[in-house]
Amino acid sequence: MRISQGTFSFLPDLSDDQIRAQAEYCLAQGWALSIEHTDDPHPRNTYWEMFGQPMFDLRDAAGVMSALQAARSTFPERYIKINAFDASRGIESLRLSFIVHRPRHEPGFALVRQEERGRVVRYTIRAYATDRPEGERYE
Amino acid sequence: MTTPDGPPVDPGIAVPERQVEELLATLDAELVGLAPVKMRIREIAALLLVEKLRNEVGLSAGPPSLHMSFTGNPGTGKTTVALRMAEILHQLGYSRKGHLVAVTRDDLVGQFIGHTAPRTKEVIKRAMGGVLFIDEAYFLYRPENERDYGQEAIEILLQVMEDQRDDLVVIVAGYKDRMDRFFQSNPGMRSRIAHHVDFPDYSPDELQAIALLMLERMQYRLSDDATAALGEYIVRRQAQPQFANARSIRNALDRARLRQANRLFARRGEPLTRDELMTLEAEDIRASRVFSGAGDGQV
Repeated sequence: MRISQGTFSFLPDLSDDQIRAQAEYCLAQGWALSIEHTDDPHPRNTYWEMFGQPMFDLRDAAGVMSALQAARSTFPERYIKINAFDASRGIESLRLSFIVHRPRHEPGFALVRQEERGRVVRYTIRAYATDRPEGERYE
Repeated sequence: MTTPDGPPVDPGIAVPERQVEELLATLDAELVGLAPVKMRIREIAALLLVEKLRNEVGLSAGPPSLHMSFTGNPGTGKTTVALRMAEILHQLGYSRKGHLVAVTRDDLVGQFIGHTAPRTKEVIKRAMGGVLFIDEAYFLYRPENERDYGQEAIEILLQVMEDQRDDLVVIVAGYKDRMDRFFQSNPGMRSRIAHHVDFPDYSPDELQAIALLMLERMQYRLSDDATAALGEYIVRRQAQPQFANARSIRNALDRARLRQANRLFARRGEPLTRDELMTLEAEDIRASRVFSGAGDGQV
């Protein structure tokens, strides 16, 4: 199951040229870009691992693209996303965040039912991938 | 030739050509002397223009390597020319953003194991799409210390200079003799740098012209006596140790401004005319220690 999180998530995966164009746009707005990765696809997992430092003071998307290539070759079987951080006063948060790389095979989620008193059923989801320990989930 | 000749193309009609001509003209007007440097910039501009025309008719030789080495004594305009170079490359469409990131060893080399690579890569990322200017690049290589991290920075730089030529232009700068030694011990660096530009020292006349340009920009002027005094000052200062060409001249002018301000301030009570506020007199320049004969090491 293809997970959809962040901006552009209902579009087909962006090509490198499209990613570059998005990065150029972010830099033109004065946003700082950073790269993050994870192998826990749960939608509520908002704290991904940083890949390198956030990239401040960039002028051209070539720097982002080379960092992205490095991230892809280091973690070919993980989710990788690009974040754009707006540091202007009063905003100071992410403006844009989109997935740029995903594992080849995404097993998806199981529906988990928990029975409670009085025939109440609580539902939650659990990623099949997280059955295995971190670092071995998409091998 | 197997390919048929297409319609002829004229370099004179290329769109950016006029802008480039303007850019080169301002370069001529604002930079005094430096004939070999200007010549080389002209050649590079011509090469890029011709390359563009060749591309239009379907000929391709791959992007030319534009990494440069600027050698010369202090104050000969290496940083200034590097800034102009970034602009010119931008105008010619070779570099996408046309900004200059000026760094020294401290910005590239880390303090402990594993610190250097991220630092160097960060600087390179910042410079992408523009020009990376490494001042006193020979400090990167310290042969006396085998475990110096500078070598690591050099290796990362070399790889980027080779693989990402169209993203980044690297200019290394420094004193001639030390750069020569640096290249001797780093043949990889030497072979990746296509353009070696030597900045000659300025002649006294050129220094005088530079001084006048600087004063004009600061909205000052010299009285006739002061002009003569400045000429004499330049010759004397040049003979002294630690002479840093245009930089020494700028410092001398700054000190002359100081003396002029002091002279005018001493006359408080009297009204000062605009002319007086603008003019540096001979006494402002002749008060310098250079004239008292003491080699004072003012840079």
